[in-house]
Amino acid sequence: MAARDGAAVAELRDRLCRGLVKVLAGRTDPSAAEDFAQEATLRVLDRLADFRGESRFLTWALAVATRVAFSELRKARYRDVSLDALTASGATVPEPAAGSDDVAARLDRTAAIDTLRRLIDTTLTDRQRAVIRAELDGVPQAVIADRLGTSRNALYKLGHDARMKLKHGLEAAGISADEVRAMRAGASNG
Amino acid sequence: MDRARLTDDHLRDLAGVLLQTRPDELTCDEWLDRVGGYAEAVAAGRPVPPGSELVEHHLDICPECREEFDALVAALRAGG
Repeated sequence: MAARDGAAVAELRDRLCRGLVKVLAGRTDPSAAEDFAQEATLRVLDRLADFRGESRFLTWALAVATRVAFSELRKARYRDVSLDALTASGATVPEPAAGSDDVAARLDRTAAIDTLRRLIDTTLTDRQRAVIRAELDGVPQAVIADRLGTSRNALYKLGHDARMKLKHGLEAAGISADEVRAMRAGASNG
Repeated sequence: MDRARLTDDHLRDLAGVLLQTRPDELTCDEWLDRVGGYAEAVAAGRPVPPGSELVEHHLDICPECREEFDALVAALRAGG
């Protein structure tokens, strides 16, 4: 029985390794697949109960293996860089860009941005603010989670809770979806 | 962590994210366990399975899962 299980695990590892070679094609040295296959196999075995049967088993397993490989590559890219250093570049607050829209629209947009900033300062925790900032700076979640000693899934929940707080806060402050869209549009003008 | 002050440009980007934010979003792990059938359909050029809206929404809002999805689909097309 143990020998049969061992052979099945070895077969899974081999299939994941071959799949990872294709997943990583053009991104990194294909030999890296070997490095990731072992951890990916262990992760798949840990998560077997999560397989919902909505795809071929190997497709699901390769999705899990892809997560393992990409997370490791992202962490390697940011190794030896602190989260503070990654998010320390935005000390200045630029003026709203002058666009072709009228003064009233620009004032509305500025008021909406001020409201959003106030909500961030008053409703989010320090951890939520740091996560939102790092994500907006393009720091991979795997890296943020690693620095904060949490999982990517828990980090996503933290960020989602923060976004929902802000969304509800904007609604409560009377900021409409159109005004949020106008706020967003200001970025492309700037 | 005290350096996490956001610039106006950050806030404008955040406004775009908030427009897409919804209460029933999948987490990255939930998405991972549901994406297999969707990825197989996309790779094969078949219609995606019914009820894929939340899988697609997560792809729109999570750039890392999007990157992993694109690589997975490419591998499936290559016979992965």
